[in-house]
Amino acid sequence: MRHAIEIDGLSKHYGPRAVLERFELFVEPGETLAILGASGCGKSTLLRCIAGLVRPDAGTIAVRDELGFVFQEPRLLPWLTVERNVAFAARSDVERARVKDVLELVGLTPAAHLLPKQLSGGMAQRAALARTLVRNPKILLLDEPLSALDALLRLELQTSLAQIVRETGSTAVLVTHDVQEALYLADRIVVLDGAPARGVLELDVPVPLRRSRTADLTDERIALLAALGIEGRVPRRSHRGLRVVAR
Amino acid sequence: MAKRPAALALSLAVPAGLLVAWFLATSLGGVKTYQLASPGDVARELGALWSNGLLWRHLAASIERVLLGFGVALAFSIVLASLVGLSRPIEAALDPTLQAIRSIPSLAWVPLLLLWLGIGESAKVTLIAIGAFFPIYVNLVSGIRNVDRKLVEVGQVLGLGRFELARRVVLPAALPSLLVGARIGLTQAWLFLVAAELLASTRGLGFMLTEGQQIARTDEILTAIVLLALCGKLSESIMRAIESRLLHWTDGLPA
Repeated sequence: MRHAIEIDGLSKHYGPRAVLERFELFVEPGETLAILGASGCGKSTLLRCIAGLVRPDAGTIAVRDELGFVFQEPRLLPWLTVERNVAFAARSDVERARVKDVLELVGLTPAAHLLPKQLSGGMAQRAALARTLVRNPKILLLDEPLSALDALLRLELQTSLAQIVRETGSTAVLVTHDVQEALYLADRIVVLDGAPARGVLELDVPVPLRRSRTADLTDERIALLAALGIEGRVPRRSHRGLRVVAR
Repeated sequence: MAKRPAALALSLAVPAGLLVAWFLATSLGGVKTYQLASPGDVARELGALWSNGLLWRHLAASIERVLLGFGVALAFSIVLASLVGLSRPIEAALDPTLQAIRSIPSLAWVPLLLLWLGIGESAKVTLIAIGAFFPIYVNLVSGIRNVDRKLVEVGQVLGLGRFELARRVVLPAALPSLLVGARIGLTQAWLFLVAAELLASTRGLGFMLTEGQQIARTDEILTAIVLLALCGKLSESIMRAIESRLLHWTDGLPA
């Protein structure tokens, strides 16, 4: 099976600082991959390279399908209503006709005519998600999309996000520093340490644990959390090269 | 909203105080009326101008010049500021020259304009346009330059080209700066109007000032000054109303 995203030999330097150095990553079609790491490890740069927002110094990025990008902040255009912000991304009549559907999907139909300044943080991020979804992209790049939200709202939106990814059958790459979020949303987790970014740990999330909350802490999950560093810390360097595949 | 009547009363207190002081200064004989006409003289002059139709003739001439000059300035500044703000090469080519022209004192243009355009309307309108151009230009360029990069990236990940990005993200985001510039530019237009009308004109508020000086009529001079103050304040209020209408989406404090 061809990969949805293939990254090979990717390098990016900011001045003398190497953020990415001959980095390699493959994303399978339909999977949700979480890239987990502390701030500054290069995970956001990686995502921005894939989206074309950052021009890498070297390497190839092959993307098989249309991309949608969700930023950490909603980044709505403040002069447009929610509905027109979503319609902003539409390129054709077909996509414009989808605006109402995606607003319904993210639960914002009643807020369609509000301006961004009238929205709560969670509503604004839902609107941003709807703007991305209106093009029906097959690959979603999510750059810490929920980390600016408070804890309860984050849980709620994680649930919506999991549901939306499943319903649309998208491939998703989620960049996060939240271990719980990665475990909840992802099929596969790559832990990065930087800089330059390197994968220090990769694991497949066991099927029974996917989309399940930590409330049901099984021995398996406890072992995984321990391996990942439960507070979102990147595993110690002694883990480098370790590959845990828990089944 | 409950504060509004109080704020209005406060804002009227100072002009009322000035009026009383003016009245006392002239009526108690402290100031000779050939030096400073009394409020009564100014009111009589206004009444006379109203009844013989000259009030509207002068006002209309000045308002027409200001609006024409301001309109020309608005059109030119929007085009030039957009080009300079959106393109580094065009900025490198045009901006130093425009900044140099900007530093020329306004009255230095007058002899040249009179030679080129004569003493007709076009010289006056051009001078006013020069005056109103730069505040709009400078504000819009800096507004375009300071557009939130994060919004630009939204356009970029959606694959918008340079033109679409400018039209749909950058220019709308710079609208607040344009409007601030336009408000200052309109004030500047009134300033330059007087400079333009002090020379070679037969009507307008600036003409009233020159005529009043030549025939030593302080009531006429003060009438023109009061009218200029009212026109300036009125156009400022209109611009603010336009701003708050067009910028209802901003999240900051009202201008």
